[in-house]
Amino acid sequence: MAGVQLQSKHVLGLDGMPREDIQLILDTAVSFREILDRPIKKVPPLQGKTIANMFFESSTRTRLSFELAERRLSADVLGFQSLGSSVSKGETLKDTARNIEAMKVDMVVIRHSASGAPHYLAQVIQGSVINAGDGSHEHPTQALLDMYTLREKFGKLEGLRICIVGDISHSRVALSNIYGLTAMGAKVSVCGPATMIPKEIERLNVQVFHRIDEVIEHVDALNVLRIQLERDAGRLFPSIREYHQYYGITKQRLDKATTPITIMHPGPINRDVELSADVADSEHSLILQQVLNGVAIRMAVLYLLSARN
Amino acid sequence: MVSVLLKNGRLIDPATGRDETADILIREGRIEKVGQSVSTSGKIEVKDLKGKIIAPGFIDMHVHLREPGFEHKETILTGCQSAAAGGFTAVCCMPNTNPAIDDASVIRFIQEKGKSALGGLVDIYPVAAVTKERKGETLAPMAELSEAGAIAFSDDGDPVHDSEIMRRALEYANMFKKPIIQHAQEMSMTRGGVMNEGFVSTGLGLPGMPGVAEDIVVSRDIFLVEYTKTQYHVAHMSTAGCLELVRGAKERKMQVSCEVTPHHFVLTDEKVRGYDTNTKMNPPLRTKEDVEAMKEGLRDGTIDVIATDHAPHSYDEKQVEYQHAPFGIVGLETAIGLSITELVMKKIISLNQLIEKFSVNPRRILHLPDIRIEAGSPANLTIIDPSIEWTVDPQQFKSKSKNTPFGGFRLTGKSVGVINNNQAYWSA
Ligand SMILES: [Zn+2]
Repeated sequence: MAGVQLQSKHVLGLDGMPREDIQLILDTAVSFREILDRPIKKVPPLQGKTIANMFFESSTRTRLSFELAERRLSADVLGFQSLGSSVSKGETLKDTARNIEAMKVDMVVIRHSASGAPHYLAQVIQGSVINAGDGSHEHPTQALLDMYTLREKFGKLEGLRICIVGDISHSRVALSNIYGLTAMGAKVSVCGPATMIPKEIERLNVQVFHRIDEVIEHVDALNVLRIQLERDAGRLFPSIREYHQYYGITKQRLDKATTPITIMHPGPINRDVELSADVADSEHSLILQQVLNGVAIRMAVLYLLSARN
Repeated sequence: MVSVLLKNGRLIDPATGRDETADILIREGRIEKVGQSVSTSGKIEVKDLKGKIIAPGFIDMHVHLREPGFEHKETILTGCQSAAAGGFTAVCCMPNTNPAIDDASVIRFIQEKGKSALGGLVDIYPVAAVTKERKGETLAPMAELSEAGAIAFSDDGDPVHDSEIMRRALEYANMFKKPIIQHAQEMSMTRGGVMNEGFVSTGLGLPGMPGVAEDIVVSRDIFLVEYTKTQYHVAHMSTAGCLELVRGAKERKMQVSCEVTPHHFVLTDEKVRGYDTNTKMNPPLRTKEDVEAMKEGLRDGTIDVIATDHAPHSYDEKQVEYQHAPFGIVGLETAIGLSITELVMKKIISLNQLIEKFSVNPRRILHLPDIRIEAGSPANLTIIDPSIEWTVDPQQFKSKSKNTPFGGFRLTGKSVGVINNNQAYWSA
């Protein structure tokens, strides 16, 4: 049985998060997931609490998911969206945060293009901080919802073989999944061109592959990352065409596996780049479950942090 | 006017080969007598320096004084105060000011300010830019700068990137026996980078700057120096690879020297965990292997100089996201303590070697005359308590900026005073 309370005041990442905390979040999410199937989906635990969503980087999906989770828990929600760095606008993150806190906010959800921004925020404000994605660092609620979805499908995480495919170097989803899954006893590998695998990642107990076909025989699920077309084409890989040819997950490729492979993707998908349409929409794809489970996971995280304070 | 009798100190003077307990009588800034049991008639202040070291004045050959242009970070006055408090009687100031030190008028401005700061206690030797506005495109007026008092040339803050410009700069500066000091960084490999590339940057999701980007530039430069038969100095060396390159150049008897900062022989990139912006500097903190190599280089003499790369930034400038914070930390007031604690106490180098790396060697690289602690010479001294234990409290720094990763560190050894140009500064 998991603990009854989170050990940390913040959810900044899964790096170093105790196994019991991960377990507790996943278990708590189960009951919220059930609520989402009810005709009336709103519950009162966060009534009277105010949560600020500080999005310094555009992310419609994550923002909507958090907002929905907050409203389902009856919290008051303060939206704040500022694209690009706050510094470039002359106001520092610290000032912005302090201002928001002066409005008596209980929790802050932050999305930021700079790695470590939530960690910095946690040092300068009183309330709890939830990382909704920081730079190329972590996206803990995404990894938690991925783990939830896998557990739902396979009944366990221990011993499960997961490969994360794509640009690992610039992925907060990859890193959080690596930290979380390895903590829960899953076997994690990564696959992508050598130019997209960060230095010494093996030291995080991760196996590295460069060819999809070598991976497919040995995994239960693939977590396929979104490729940043504009940023990386020509620099980290020659062309989109070549990427799709060698790393694109297609039905033809998956058919080589003896047992069907489960497919996940944090979205939004570049169809026919990292994932072909027939795979994305196939019965082995968990992509839409991920979206729904995301709301339940975020409800669980918000609820547990609020219960702790 | 400094007239004082220093009693019972341990005098270590590598230039005259002295290492003994002696008294030093200084009158009006000049050494009158060095010897045993020196007494004096008339009223003169007497300082008992039992257990303290008296050394030739220390020079920090890599300091950013920030003036002109960035006076909210540091001024020449506060920089000199910081230097004096840290135990330095001289600093070389880097040219990345605004305007840059690429014009003789800026050198004259700095010299004037320096003379009025603390009565001229701290000698300021400006390092002038290699290229106009430090843009790396066309040579700065090096002859004129040299004549005005430039001690060396560097585009520090940035490397001299273009190989042809570097070659010509080496040749030109060599006409007046001035070294080129290189900030070695292959920029095309470090774009966006904020820390050492490796296991820690992977785990923190921070863009990395690989050590090899430093090695590549030093490697190219050594080829150029060998070809042009000129003088070259590597600023703030941080990698094992770079050390190996300099070692090879020295074996081939080239005029190549290098410096290391205390933070590069004390801290590793593990310190970046937690995203403290006071661990962000350029070159970045490297790996344990690199730190061990730096210590070995100090021990075997490949590394000639300890310099701080004192880089003040205001509190607010560092109170931002790690990726947005400016590079650099202050160093003048922790350098001696860190060096004694990490190098002398751990028997990596002796006190004599420490003095060579803080005084004798940098002065020789810069072609400054040796300081001699003997009768008739002007008193230019750094006085150190090698066994005092203290805790680093950045709020006590004389520097205008407090950006250091060493706050709270327990150190052994500290400067207790400096004497130079007939001025003295005694730490409380
Ligand atoms: Zn530099």
